[in-house]
Amino acid sequence: MNKLVANVQEAVQDIESGMTLMLGGFGLCGIPENCIAALVEKGIKDLTCISNNAGVDDFGLGLLLQKKQIKKMISSYVGENDEFERQMLSGELEVDLIPQGSLAARCQAGGSGIPAFFTPAGYGTEVAFGKEVRYFNGKPHILEHALTADFAIVKAWKGDRYGNLLFKGTARNFNPLMAMAGKITIAEVEELVEPGELDPNTIHTPGIFVQRIFQGEKYEKRIEQRTTRERLMVND
Amino acid sequence: MLDKKGIAKRIAQELRHNWYVNLGIGIPTLIANYIPEGIDVEFQSENGILGMGPFPFEGEEDADMINAGKQTITPMPGASIFDSATSFAMIRGQHIQLTVLGAMEVADNGDIANWKIPGRMVKGMGGAMDLVASADNIIVAMMHTNKRGESKLLRQCTLPLTGVKCVKKVVTNLAVLDITPQGFKLIERAPGVSVEEIKNATEGRLIVEGDIPEMKID
Repeated sequence: MNKLVANVQEAVQDIESGMTLMLGGFGLCGIPENCIAALVEKGIKDLTCISNNAGVDDFGLGLLLQKKQIKKMISSYVGENDEFERQMLSGELEVDLIPQGSLAARCQAGGSGIPAFFTPAGYGTEVAFGKEVRYFNGKPHILEHALTADFAIVKAWKGDRYGNLLFKGTARNFNPLMAMAGKITIAEVEELVEPGELDPNTIHTPGIFVQRIFQGEKYEKRIEQRTTRERLMVND
Repeated sequence: MLDKKGIAKRIAQELRHNWYVNLGIGIPTLIANYIPEGIDVEFQSENGILGMGPFPFEGEEDADMINAGKQTITPMPGASIFDSATSFAMIRGQHIQLTVLGAMEVADNGDIANWKIPGRMVKGMGGAMDLVASADNIIVAMMHTNKRGESKLLRQCTLPLTGVKCVKKVVTNLAVLDITPQGFKLIERAPGVSVEEIKNATEGRLIVEGDIPEMKID
């Protein structure tokens, strides 16, 4: 098994304008920084991007938004990005805001052969418009459909040429789910290791879901809210 | 009258031993600072951590360890990390004993609006809709009135809803109120606040029965 590609340019070479992409990450945590930069450089446009957030104005997906490369966003929260809000309120950008849990489940379903499922989230709100409602255990639920993408772009801590992935901390978030749901899944990793180095018990995403993997570089890993607590003066 | 810390302190009194708790961004996150003595709770953060702990010391911030508000945190001993689908399975599957979140408006039937002001503020709902649709025990932490002095406890929400008939209890800078089939029921007054003041600040149906005690907060 050899899913290695030489670099990010090779990984994204056949991503074209008009495609639907899934991008992992929660805020700026666990985002595929190298692939995003490469997409900006490619200059492709009219993208539909499925990602929980939209980055900040000058980092993450915000970079694609700045260059007006995104036609439509499917996300659950875009509050950190003023440019996003502006493009949305002005009508330049089409936006589908969907509940975070539904987004996660829809991606997982997309990769799992489950075409649709019922969830209570969003019942009675505008999220439910036009969707079938069914009662289970006396409680109303709405029908949500699976999400898939032409390409799923994920970021992991470690990976091998089989495509097996291991994530670190809260950088995991949507990455394992989106990895399942892409027709082609591209994984950028901080550390490429030899097959066998990853203990099978610890692998978060089995390689079957990943088609291309490469060693990423120069991760900025920007922190949105650097919050700290004070050390006490005495022995801590 | 309470400030944000006071509201958080009062809600912290609702925590019970061995509970799993989800705290929304804003005032609810402060609750983690006031856990009552002798009880153990585990905080779940929707982005994939159970056993969320305090902010790190300066110089020890880890970009791969954040909470739902994108703030850097540390894990407690016994913490676990998981993906977003597992996180919302915990939430939707009713494994969490208490959910606390903020609101722009709460209606006297328990409807809540906290994600959108059409044409002005459309940040998105994040995990709020999943949380309110599934949780059994939802407490809202909010100011009783908005910046213009208008009530946020209404007969009917005017803003787009996050969930319907789901809020159980509201703690504001003025009062603690339960949601009942007859509307808001006044349970406690904030220190120094009169029943009259609370009536004037509440647009929704308000039930006041008997003597209303003051909150006990240190």
